[in-house]
Amino acid sequence: MKNQLEVDIKVPNQTKYLSLIGKIGEDIAYTLKKFNDNREELAYHINLVLTEAMANAITHANKNDPNKQVHVSLCLSEDNLCIRVYDHGQGFDINAIKEHKAAPEDEHGRGIFFIHTLMDSVTYKKCENGHVLEMNKSFKS
Amino acid sequence: MIVSIEEYGHIITLTLREERLDAHNSNELKAQLLNLFEEGKVNIIIDLSSVRFIDSSGLGALVSGFKNASSRDGGLKLCGLQAQVKSMFELTRLHRVFEIFPGTEEALASF
Repeated sequence: MKNQLEVDIKVPNQTKYLSLIGKIGEDIAYTLKKFNDNREELAYHINLVLTEAMANAITHANKNDPNKQVHVSLCLSEDNLCIRVYDHGQGFDINAIKEHKAAPEDEHGRGIFFIHTLMDSVTYKKCENGHVLEMNKSFKS
Repeated sequence: MIVSIEEYGHIITLTLREERLDAHNSNELKAQLLNLFEEGKVNIIIDLSSVRFIDSSGLGALVSGFKNASSRDGGLKLCGLQAQVKSMFELTRLHRVFEIFPGTEEALASF
């Protein structure tokens, strides 16, 4: 059996589940064997990108519809973490948002900035019934 | 959202009793702050020492409060930031916007 950890979660489209998913992301960071940097920081960063991606799916893509679901998958191999967050929305141009950097006094616009800054690669693509935000982080030394 | 509010003369301290300030509860913080502003309480210290995690909407709620307090000739200052929370302020350069103090005593003395 290949040494890979996979977690697949579906939760109702409600922000009260952000902490649950974020916590799972943190716990996964603590299972990494080959990681010598600041593990507490890595755990926070994974919690943060999961929280931002899910909040985006819940409030923007799924328009806070409580009858919808958010599907999150995490796949951890020895040297890579892949997070996918599926939504049921119309999609958006993630690169256009990347270009827009929030001014310090802006109240919005930091979520995608966090995702782009803290992960190594980010894509947002059409899939069955909506879109998927895929974020990868490499742990190769 | 669990908060405790205390008054020290013309200064209010608002202590968040939550581990997370995120998209689930940040609107409640915004509403709490708006209530204080409407009561004419515009000098506010937010004690974040219980907050272990903050996301972009939590930061947004604090920026909203900061702008509202400033526009009313008051001030909104922060204290008690845990290391990871503080690093989010640094990453977004918000540490240059807010006055940040180790604890409430230092923040109170700054008004």
